[in-house]
Amino acid sequence: MAQSAEIDRTNGLLLRVAREHDRQAFVDLFHHFAPRLKSFLLKGGADAGLAEEIVQDVMVTVWRRAGSFDPALSAAGTWIFTIARNRRIDRLRQERRPEIDPDDPALVPAPVNAADEGMMIEEQSVRLHRAIRELPAEQAELLKMAYFQDKAHSAIAQESNLPLGTVKSRLRLALARLRKALDPAELGGGA
Amino acid sequence: MMEPLDHFLQAATMAPSHHPTEDLLLAYAAGGLDEAMSLVVATHLALCPRCRAEVTRLEAVGGALIDDLAPAALGAGTLEAVLARLDEPSHDPIPLPVARRRPAGPAPVLPEPLRSYVGGDIDRIGWSRTIPGLEEADIVCGDRRRSRVRMMRIRGGMGMPRHTHHGNELTLVLAGGFADETGHFLRGDLAVTDPSIDHRPVADDDGDCICLAVTDAPLRLTGRFLRLLNPFLRL
Repeated sequence: MAQSAEIDRTNGLLLRVAREHDRQAFVDLFHHFAPRLKSFLLKGGADAGLAEEIVQDVMVTVWRRAGSFDPALSAAGTWIFTIARNRRIDRLRQERRPEIDPDDPALVPAPVNAADEGMMIEEQSVRLHRAIRELPAEQAELLKMAYFQDKAHSAIAQESNLPLGTVKSRLRLALARLRKALDPAELGGGA
Repeated sequence: MMEPLDHFLQAATMAPSHHPTEDLLLAYAAGGLDEAMSLVVATHLALCPRCRAEVTRLEAVGGALIDDLAPAALGAGTLEAVLARLDEPSHDPIPLPVARRRPAGPAPVLPEPLRSYVGGDIDRIGWSRTIPGLEEADIVCGDRRRSRVRMMRIRGGMGMPRHTHHGNELTLVLAGGFADETGHFLRGDLAVTDPSIDHRPVADDDGDCICLAVTDAPLRLTGRFLRLLNPFLRL
């Protein structure tokens, strides 16, 4: 499947950056992600100049932090999304991003077998991509607004001229479909 | 109120039973939630493996959405500019929230990221008494014109005056517990209240109840009137 090959390829590239500081792998990653990150930032309200600056910061961070990428926990695209999201909050909103510290002694650990319950990350990504493409247009549009725009759901409601309750219920419906796609019980049920 | 067995099981597994709404978790994962609300959600995540797993799934949605975006043309020289920076001495372009303080000894009561915002564990909080049985301490977090972030300590067994909220409020229990008309809240539990909820929280009688509370009501008034806006004083 083309999607899964692409996910394997970007994961492999990021691992080569992490393990071997492989510059060619980094350049390949850049060609895949940097233009998409720029799209993401433009949609979030950054002007072209700021979007370029943030793309550069994010890609430099990808190089420096590649060692903390764990392919058992997320796909390369997801890991890079979280870096871009945090940088966007920092630059567009000038706010900090409160996050957990995975090494915090006060953190309540997940039950030991939790990691075994889910499906493989690659499988998850393929199913997610497919489920997103199959979302009804009205749900897909709001979901994209929720991720791409640096805005609260109330602001999204105003912008799309919808009651907040409608926005929330469409988002809930979209997430329910995506969750179903990730349900291990549905494994093998897809086309 | 919770059944005694539920109470016991929750204490035994330490997993919270009152969680953020789905759209709060989505807004946090997508990055659209403001800093004050994000602090409450992230602190809940530290205590709740279930919601952490959900946020991980929601981040994967973000990754998939970015993958599907049409690429935008980059400026000439963007790649070269990035490559030239790879060997620069690493002053990390993305700052971590605050210097991490990891106290030695037993696990702290306040998890990260809250501990960094407070500047240490509960012993570092500068409480001031609001009404008998209730102490509060403001926390600097986010835009103060939009939200107020504070720690609350309610003396064990104390009932707060019946009140409604001026805006939406998120209350995360960090120690002890309290009960109101909507349920019983223990460490890690998040109570979400809006202006329609008229409640009278009572702290459990087995010790002080310590909470993190964020209110999104705009704070335009100061001094005496600011005190009137305090939810627990709105009789």
